[in-house]
Amino acid sequence: MDGAGQLTKEKLIDMLRKMHTIRAFEEKADQLFALGKVHGTMHLSIGMEATAVGAIAALRPDDYITSTHRGHGHCIAKGGDVKLMMAEFLGKETGYCRGRGGSMHIADVESGNLGATGVVGGGIPTAVGAALSVQLRKTGQVVLCFFGDGAANMGIFHESLNLAAIWKLPVVFVCENNQYAMSMPVARAFPIENIADRAAAYAMPGKVVDGNDVLAVYAAVAEAVDRARAGEGPSLIECKTYRWKGHSKSDQERYRTREEVAAWKKKDPIARFEAYLLQEGLLTEEQRQAIAKEAQERIEEAVAFAESSPEPRVEEISEGVYA
Amino acid sequence: MREITYAEAIREALRQEMQRDPHVFLMGEDIGVYGGAFGVTLGLLEEFGPERVRDTPISEGVIAGAAAGAALTGMRPVAEIMFMDFTTLAMEQLVNQAAKTRYMFGGKAKVPMVLRTPAGSGTGAAAQHSQSLEAWFVHVPGLKVVMPSTPYDAKGLLISAIRDDNPVIFVEQKLLYRTKGPVPEEPYTVPLSVAEVKRAGRDVTIIATGVMVVRSLAAAAKLAQEGIEVEVVDPRTLKPYDAETITKSVIKTGRVLIVHEAYKTCGFGAEIAAMISEGPAFMYLNAPIRRLAGLDIPIPYNRTLEYHAVPQEENIITAVRELMAYK
Repeated sequence: MDGAGQLTKEKLIDMLRKMHTIRAFEEKADQLFALGKVHGTMHLSIGMEATAVGAIAALRPDDYITSTHRGHGHCIAKGGDVKLMMAEFLGKETGYCRGRGGSMHIADVESGNLGATGVVGGGIPTAVGAALSVQLRKTGQVVLCFFGDGAANMGIFHESLNLAAIWKLPVVFVCENNQYAMSMPVARAFPIENIADRAAAYAMPGKVVDGNDVLAVYAAVAEAVDRARAGEGPSLIECKTYRWKGHSKSDQERYRTREEVAAWKKKDPIARFEAYLLQEGLLTEEQRQAIAKEAQERIEEAVAFAESSPEPRVEEISEGVYA
Repeated sequence: MREITYAEAIREALRQEMQRDPHVFLMGEDIGVYGGAFGVTLGLLEEFGPERVRDTPISEGVIAGAAAGAALTGMRPVAEIMFMDFTTLAMEQLVNQAAKTRYMFGGKAKVPMVLRTPAGSGTGAAAQHSQSLEAWFVHVPGLKVVMPSTPYDAKGLLISAIRDDNPVIFVEQKLLYRTKGPVPEEPYTVPLSVAEVKRAGRDVTIIATGVMVVRSLAAAAKLAQEGIEVEVVDPRTLKPYDAETITKSVIKTGRVLIVHEAYKTCGFGAEIAAMISEGPAFMYLNAPIRRLAGLDIPIPYNRTLEYHAVPQEENIITAVRELMAYK
């Protein structure tokens, strides 16, 4: 691991804190679902924390992101409030979307999280449009567009990357390649080794990074963000990672082996980052334990907040369809 | 008052809104130097430059999706889809993204975009360049659907659509682009969701949209010579539509003819007929509600076949006479 050179110790610790918060949020979400406390489905990003945190660490607070159905991590990495997220997850009026969106549609437009979409690839053109808006308004913001390997086979992926490239829009396309589009493995869905190779078709830089190495993700995205902010146009970064949990709650995981999952768990992005920080003397064992514990506590507080929050009022069911 | 064409009225609305609000910009296929497939945006590139009048590749999905993304972040894009038939290529972005964003995000976001698109048959362009697909969009909560029938309405409704904070599908009528009518030079608005009685009458209410308003008015003029006084109501906005004006007219006349070019099955007319049947006007009906609509067939190429695929003036006259047989 390297690439930490530009990052302060405080920033590195904050990144670790966010990775722990994501892990704790997702584990709690899984548990709440198992307890029957969750109405809908969810898509957990355990094992993919380095991608969300590394990429977003390269942004300014006023930059934008677009997220995906597997978007809890993006929201937390962008500085989202886990109380409001958990309330949304439980469908409460106090949630980010007043309980109307749920796990798949958490958004906080004011803080630059342009939201998660449940349609694979559906957020890619949103990011392109936001980048066009930035270019026209001349604000110097950058848009980070998350999508998965599955989305890279959608027609809208091509339309969007092409448009962003010809207009030199300030957008960074971050492909979270977690090896499966539901059950379809990338090896069967792509004739090429690396999704990032598709960048060549749009004359934009394409880079493959170890998506479980938070600093490698950070370094690659930071370079692309600088380029975008300088007006040099978009980039495509492929983060190779893995989701430890199934696609969603319906997943029996018939398409992969326990051995494969176990092998990826050995590449745990949080453990790797901690080992690095400990080795570099940037973190003590006591601090490490405290950070993990605080993350759990934050999530427990979030659950308490969500559970004690009111349900949306049926009389207000039609509010918010139109502005 | 000065008379200009429907196409010129739309262009004037675009120009005046772009002059007024720097957040308004245009994007679409061949809208720049070409001026759009129907010449609506001619001259705007020269006036506003390529940053605000943006030619796009043939990428309808990202035209609609990027318009929504730009709208979500403070701009007021007006996107053009060259033919309404091609909105099929943008459906995911319009229906799942633009329309749902506000509600799905708890009412905390807005998507102030307009998607202009020319619709309708009569140009010999056959099955994939002639459709009237407005009912699909009317079916989607979160979208507004506007369909002007006169140059005056086209300008005023487009200005309202651009200033509205919701995604608006603005359906233009190819056959009306060259029709002329009085249009004030200064900017003005025609409110969305307000129908207009285009001709007052006591005997039959015709509810017509788009080019069918023009045909209904022509039919009404001829029917008046027979002593039949037709009232023509143009909803102008199809979603959310003005049920009150329609209901009031039906209560007055007791006879209803609904005319649109789009396919009959599950067309906008089905909604209007159902609304009347469910509402207070039902008890005033003297005759069954009648619909005249496009045949449930792809628009054919042959001139004669194409003519017979959608309602014409003579069909409207016949239908009104048949309604008058009910006493």
